[in-house]
Amino acid sequence: MSGILVLAEHEGGKFKKTAYELLGKAKELAGSLGTSVAAVVLGDAPVAELGGFGASKVYHVAGDFSGYNTLKVVRGLQAAIDAAKPDVVLAPASYTGKDAIPRLVARLGTGQGSECTELRVDGGAVVGRRPVYAGKALVDVRISKKPAVFTVRPNSFNQPTPAGGSAEVVAVSAAFGASDDRVQLVQRMEAESTVADLTEAERIVSGGRSLKSAEQFDAVVRPLAAALGATPGASRAAVDAGYAHHNEQVGQTGKTVNPQLYIALGISGAIQHLAGSRTSKVIFAINKDAEAPIFEHATYGVVADLFEIAPLLTEEFKAALKN
Amino acid sequence: MKVGVCIKSTPDTDTRIKIQGAGEGIDPAGIKWIISPYDSFALEQGAQTREKLGGECVLFSVGGGDTQKNLRDGLAVGADRAVQIDDPALKGADSLVTARVLAAAIKAEGIEIVFTGRQAIDLDNVQVPAMVAELLDWPHVSMVSEFALEGDTWTAVRNVGGGAREKVTGKLPVLVTTDRGLNTPRFAKLPDIMKAKTKKVDVKTASALGLSADDISPAVQLSGFGTPAERSKGKFISGDVATQAKELVRLLREEAKVL
Repeated sequence: MSGILVLAEHEGGKFKKTAYELLGKAKELAGSLGTSVAAVVLGDAPVAELGGFGASKVYHVAGDFSGYNTLKVVRGLQAAIDAAKPDVVLAPASYTGKDAIPRLVARLGTGQGSECTELRVDGGAVVGRRPVYAGKALVDVRISKKPAVFTVRPNSFNQPTPAGGSAEVVAVSAAFGASDDRVQLVQRMEAESTVADLTEAERIVSGGRSLKSAEQFDAVVRPLAAALGATPGASRAAVDAGYAHHNEQVGQTGKTVNPQLYIALGISGAIQHLAGSRTSKVIFAINKDAEAPIFEHATYGVVADLFEIAPLLTEEFKAALKN
Repeated sequence: MKVGVCIKSTPDTDTRIKIQGAGEGIDPAGIKWIISPYDSFALEQGAQTREKLGGECVLFSVGGGDTQKNLRDGLAVGADRAVQIDDPALKGADSLVTARVLAAAIKAEGIEIVFTGRQAIDLDNVQVPAMVAELLDWPHVSMVSEFALEGDTWTAVRNVGGGAREKVTGKLPVLVTTDRGLNTPRFAKLPDIMKAKTKKVDVKTASALGLSADDISPAVQLSGFGTPAERSKGKFISGDVATQAKELVRLLREEAKVL
């Protein structure tokens, strides 16, 4: 075909938001390039509906992709690419995407742009733009071999509305072998908490070194987060001091976040922390020090003792969200 | 056991990134180069594995500049020797070229297990480790926060998002990418730092590893480096704490519309 091939990920019988996001963007890019869009689906999913989102063909790879599936995902995608011969492959930068796509690219001998937040057509080719240095800088990525592979950070593009259209479903069989089963899943341990992962959270309440102890972190940050249905986060200083779990660290050596609301409690605003949270829509900072760098980046700031104001805020949020 | 650890020199996390010229790259002036923080967990795991099972722990790194200094830092925390691939022909190398170089060096040393950080904190590509494993025809297991090795069987716990974890198992050889929580990296003691100065660092070129001009020709071109738009400065909320709390909730709801 020589068009754009989109990896449409699904879970529990439904396509993920990223599948529609990528198809919508692929349709726009294909329009500029004068080419077509196809999707690749691994395993059982309602493949026919993708026609409504601009896919003219769906390459459907049968197989069991449950368990630890990276090697099988690579094998399945390889078979779909052999069949579709695309110029461009788009995939989500999901946990599976991050794990499997580089292996695929090494097998194909081409190149990859990771976690793009923008895709455009320039000089007859797709160009990706992406954050580097945890968001301290941005760069354009061009790939001179085909297929050019780009992974996309979730929530980068709008969700398209379905239009009429149907897709031809092409059954693809992949040559799975024993080498694709070299890693076995023993057990999956679900999260204890029910809040969203920091990387996907819409609201985050983070605490810094000023919390002074794990007990105070638990007594101040976590209830405020709970009142908002937010995910708790922490600065590196707070994690290093043992106030919070390392999975909760926001910043260059922790997680890069992209929430609607980011509340920073007693965080001074080290460069590496700001880098990980700068794309938050609204940043609200509380700090005793009016000169703290965090205030340069905050939408709203309060100069106050966090131990005085945080419990009041918790009550205000509880009351506000009850109505 | 022959253990390999791959590390990368990256700008320190406190670095203010400045753009060079019209966007050709990052201005290197004043940058302090450190071992990418996730690689510190790989160094510790490599050292522990070698201490438990004997054999040798070999470090691998691609690059010039402070790469050798960072390899010496790694040799001070338990590794036995290092292989540095420093070659002007690798300027502009993309992830796959770097992975080909590392895979060739790892193969030449007869390594049986490789540890490396889940990502380098400069370009954040998260590509090279899985590519190295693919080129070696080994499986890989990424973002590992617990790891055990018994005979030739390994078991790992990996972070898969939202706090969920997977326990997975397989046989050697394997490439493991290390996440925070796997271990507590040791600090180098002065005698170890002195000893590291006498440990061997082999400096190699790509062609010495048998790579052709095609093998080291990159498919990925980076251009147009820029910095993100600054956030506009916000406003301070005044009054006593009770007033501030009430006003903030009102602003979040009515002005920012995020509640």
